[in-house]
Amino acid sequence: MIARVLLILLLLPALAQAQGFAGLGTEADDFAVPRAGYRFDFPQDHGPHPDFRIEWWYLTANLEAEDGTPYGVQWTLFRSALAPETADGWGDPQVWFAHAALTTEDAHYVAERIARGGIGQAGVTVQPFNAWIDDWRMAGPSFDDMRLTARGAEFAYDLNLLAEGPLVFHGDAGYSVKSDQGQASYYYSQPYFRVSGSLTLPGGEVAVTGSAWLDREWSSQPLADTQSGWDWFSLSFDSGDKLMGFLLRETDGTSFSSATWIAPDGTTTAFPNGAFRAQPLDITRVAGRDIPTRWAVQLPERDVDVTVKALNPNAWMGVSIPYWEGPVTVEGSHSGKGYLEMTGYE
Amino acid sequence: MTLTVFTALLSHWRRNWLQFFALIAGLALATALWSGVQAINAEARASYDAAAATLGEGQFDQLVPRAGGTVPQDTYVALRRAGWQVSPILEGRLDADRGRVRVLGIDPLTAPGTMAPVAMNADADLGAFLEGELVFANAETADRLEGQIPQRILIDEGIAPGIAVTDIGAAQRLLEADGQLSRLTLARVQPMGLPPLSAVAPDLTRQPAQDAGANRLTDSFHLNLTAFGLLSFAVGIFIVHGTISLAFEQRRGMVRTLRALGVPLRTLVVLTIAELVVFAVLAGAVGVALGYVMASVLLPNVAATVQGLYGAQVAGTLQLRPEWWVSGMAIALGGTAIAAAGALWKIAHMSILESARPRAWSVASGSGATRLGAVALGLFGLGAGIAIWGQGLLLSFALLACVLIGAALILPLMLRSAVGLAERLSTTVIWQWFWADTRQQVPGLSLALMALLLATAANVGVSTMVSSFRVTFVDFLDQRLAPELFVQIEDEARSAEVETVLRNEAREVLPLLSVETEIAGVPSDLFGVRVGPTYRENWLFLDRSGDVWSQVADEDAVVVSEQLARRAGLWVGDPVRVAPDVTLPIAGIVADYGNPLGQAVMSETLFRSIYPDQIATQFGVRTEDPEALTRILLDDLGLPPAAVIDQARIKAFSLSVFERTFTITGALNVLTLGVAAFAILMSLLTLASLRVPQLAPVWALGMTRRDLGRLELLRSVILALLTTLLAIPLGLLLAWVLLAYVNVEAFGWQLPMYLFPGHYAVLSLFAIVAAAVAALWPAFRLSRTPPSSLLKVFANDR
Repeated sequence: MIARVLLILLLLPALAQAQGFAGLGTEADDFAVPRAGYRFDFPQDHGPHPDFRIEWWYLTANLEAEDGTPYGVQWTLFRSALAPETADGWGDPQVWFAHAALTTEDAHYVAERIARGGIGQAGVTVQPFNAWIDDWRMAGPSFDDMRLTARGAEFAYDLNLLAEGPLVFHGDAGYSVKSDQGQASYYYSQPYFRVSGSLTLPGGEVAVTGSAWLDREWSSQPLADTQSGWDWFSLSFDSGDKLMGFLLRETDGTSFSSATWIAPDGTTTAFPNGAFRAQPLDITRVAGRDIPTRWAVQLPERDVDVTVKALNPNAWMGVSIPYWEGPVTVEGSHSGKGYLEMTGYE
Repeated sequence: MTLTVFTALLSHWRRNWLQFFALIAGLALATALWSGVQAINAEARASYDAAAATLGEGQFDQLVPRAGGTVPQDTYVALRRAGWQVSPILEGRLDADRGRVRVLGIDPLTAPGTMAPVAMNADADLGAFLEGELVFANAETADRLEGQIPQRILIDEGIAPGIAVTDIGAAQRLLEADGQLSRLTLARVQPMGLPPLSAVAPDLTRQPAQDAGANRLTDSFHLNLTAFGLLSFAVGIFIVHGTISLAFEQRRGMVRTLRALGVPLRTLVVLTIAELVVFAVLAGAVGVALGYVMASVLLPNVAATVQGLYGAQVAGTLQLRPEWWVSGMAIALGGTAIAAAGALWKIAHMSILESARPRAWSVASGSGATRLGAVALGLFGLGAGIAIWGQGLLLSFALLACVLIGAALILPLMLRSAVGLAERLSTTVIWQWFWADTRQQVPGLSLALMALLLATAANVGVSTMVSSFRVTFVDFLDQRLAPELFVQIEDEARSAEVETVLRNEAREVLPLLSVETEIAGVPSDLFGVRVGPTYRENWLFLDRSGDVWSQVADEDAVVVSEQLARRAGLWVGDPVRVAPDVTLPIAGIVADYGNPLGQAVMSETLFRSIYPDQIATQFGVRTEDPEALTRILLDDLGLPPAAVIDQARIKAFSLSVFERTFTITGALNVLTLGVAAFAILMSLLTLASLRVPQLAPVWALGMTRRDLGRLELLRSVILALLTTLLAIPLGLLLAWVLLAYVNVEAFGWQLPMYLFPGHYAVLSLFAIVAAAVAALWPAFRLSRTPPSSLLKVFANDR
């Protein structure tokens, strides 16, 4: 117990950066920092960047059974470096951890894995693509064609991902600014995955289909130390348009926002701070905290004025650093589905 | 008014300071014995808990190599990548200049739950730990490691003694075990749908979470200590009960007067209770302080004993833990309550018109003894029932309680009968009077004598148990330490050279090859031995089939220790897998007392074929002239003196461990007898004043005060003698219950019980001397009673 608590406290700086709250560890130290104008190089950039402090492969999927029952799936692999280098064996300063979740309308299953780099327990290789921690895998012949697996004590999933569109770059061609002081990250997505596969729930196996959105992001100091958490939306409208938008909440009550509009053909428009707006409508008491689970989301430049509602308000990720993450439905000027992540609610 | 009444009540103690002293001292001693023993137990338990927490033993299932050796790191990764939530552990010994340290390597990222009580703080961040820069240990262990390892050592008193916790990677470097692990712990919650373990890691076996063997063994030791503590407390409570009863009897007049003056009974009872609470708290505090002193004196011995016997380490310093000092205070208050309940009830129900004359309980009728005897018989019946049908540690203790309390309660009846018999057999007037007077004294002294009975019986019982263990152990040492010399070399490269020299100079050379391994799921040492006359002639088997050593020499069988056999559920004839590809039947079972590890013995040739890299660094040597051979080894081969150990020294060391056990038992013997003697002294002193009216007529008839004093002393000695005679069989019964019931429940094996008449004679003598010493002063006072006091009896009678 003590060890676990301490472990969490100690991982906190790295994890807080990854999740964007608590305002800790915003110094880059010896780590590399993102620069505007970076030319991405694939498939290499699908792999890890150990000279940056943090990095993630973050997949969320909105799925449906044959009878129309909605499900949400999350698969996230984080890399957190203690030093900007790699080594063989236990001395490797790269630490990996992962979260997997399966959400239904009335249940939310979560599992967490932590592993050391250097011994083969977790890592990412690019050709063929393989991101793994323990037996959880996101792997395939290429980044466009992968199989995704994870399991916990009460759930498992095994999904095929096929990309039906191009990679999408946020901010300035993948250079995503996170604060007025210039904190930034490299950030691109593959929001066009078509998904088919099966979920294993306590009640049995369910065949599902749907869509998935994969975010890739790495940085060394993505947040300003005045930022306490974030609300992140990835919305897929029935029109074929997609919207990624986030609010970085400042401790003084203001916020920093950013958004990317993705047309059906994959062309993007980045919106600066202030264009994207999100207001909580309903608060739910979850795990002893007040969490906004229904939002009014607006992007006036694109005539977006929608209500975003959690499929399951209790989609609480009770992991080492807890946060809220779950599937949402969209109604209003546009309709659709998506995922919502909220961190830093104490 | 309340204050006035309270002062009046207290005035009794002011006038009877001796009684006050007896009350406080009795209660304090009882509390001291109890809390001292509890303190030792609490300290030891905390050490074991720290060890268990550090090692994760007992809390989680473990995966261990099926046939010994280490777990390849690849197996760990394979298991993780198959989904199994396991965490690696590497353990090994590090020989530091200032002693051995057990290095424990963990992976904090995968370690389940409470495994690593490592207090990280500002200067000890996880990053530094993961990069293998930190080692955690308690102050003493840190001291041993200082300057010996490249890592920074951080003090954490929560870590078990002798253990250094570090990152798995650092442990691999320190122990030169790259890519190796000792075992894997399994998280309690595992993902669904995992492939079977046997498919992923066929060479590992799952060991269910359990208390480590050593825990059960050490528990037994503490159980015995607790029993001792409880007995001592019972003895103390007898004193307190005696004192309180007497004081209340003597205060009857005061109580009557106070009530006649209008003090409500309620106020009186409440104030009396308040008075007792104050005394109990006072005495309890003194007792806890005494207990602390006692425990801190004994703890190093206990720590050494437990470590020597069972390999478990206990910190040598005492901490003030609430679990024992609170229990000490509680038992002081509870004990006072028990002791005073009867007396309070009497006061509460006393008629205001009742005679104020102290009906000293010394004149209580014989019906009391008969009633107690009946209760005792009931307890014996209950005890017999438990012995026949009962099972479990708790019931074993209940059986002990029945036997002891029953014996104490039946004591007055037995003493009365014995004295009555003597009275009938005596012919002279003086002796008839003496016996009659003695019979009269029995009820008054019975509480003190019960204390003596229990103390003596406890001493007889515990020393029988410890001595039985010792005899068994010495036999075992004789068997194991038959070679005259043991040679231990540090440098493996010199093994062959040393062996050649030994072969030329000695009658028989016995290289000792051993590996730590896991046999049938039991952590064990596997030995390779050169079968020769030494083994054939000296080893005794608990069970065997045919010519054991010939079978071992032919590589057809192995010998295993009793612990291994019992824990693995194997016996002679059963096949046992001792190495990955070697399964052999068991030819013989040997006793291996006090070793938490199992043992298996195979022939040297077979051992060398399985572990070709193992080089003998220890040799047993049979020689007629150990001194000459020692000189050759030291002078010609240049071995350091510590490398050559003669058998007598090892034996002496092993026995010294037992001597420590005896030190503890001995100290407790003296303490309990001291408490009992104190009880006798106090009873006699308080009875003395009441006795004057009974003695005055005898004095008036011509017996000198000197003679009266002598007879008084003789009476105490005779009563103590009678009590001791009863205490010896009771003690033996106690030992039998301890060996046949408590030990079996706690240890898992029964030890043979040996009798030690000489020991008992000495203990009886001690008991009688204690009683005599206690009676000496009262007798002396009696012989100096001023004639005027004796005369006053007649004057007052009128």
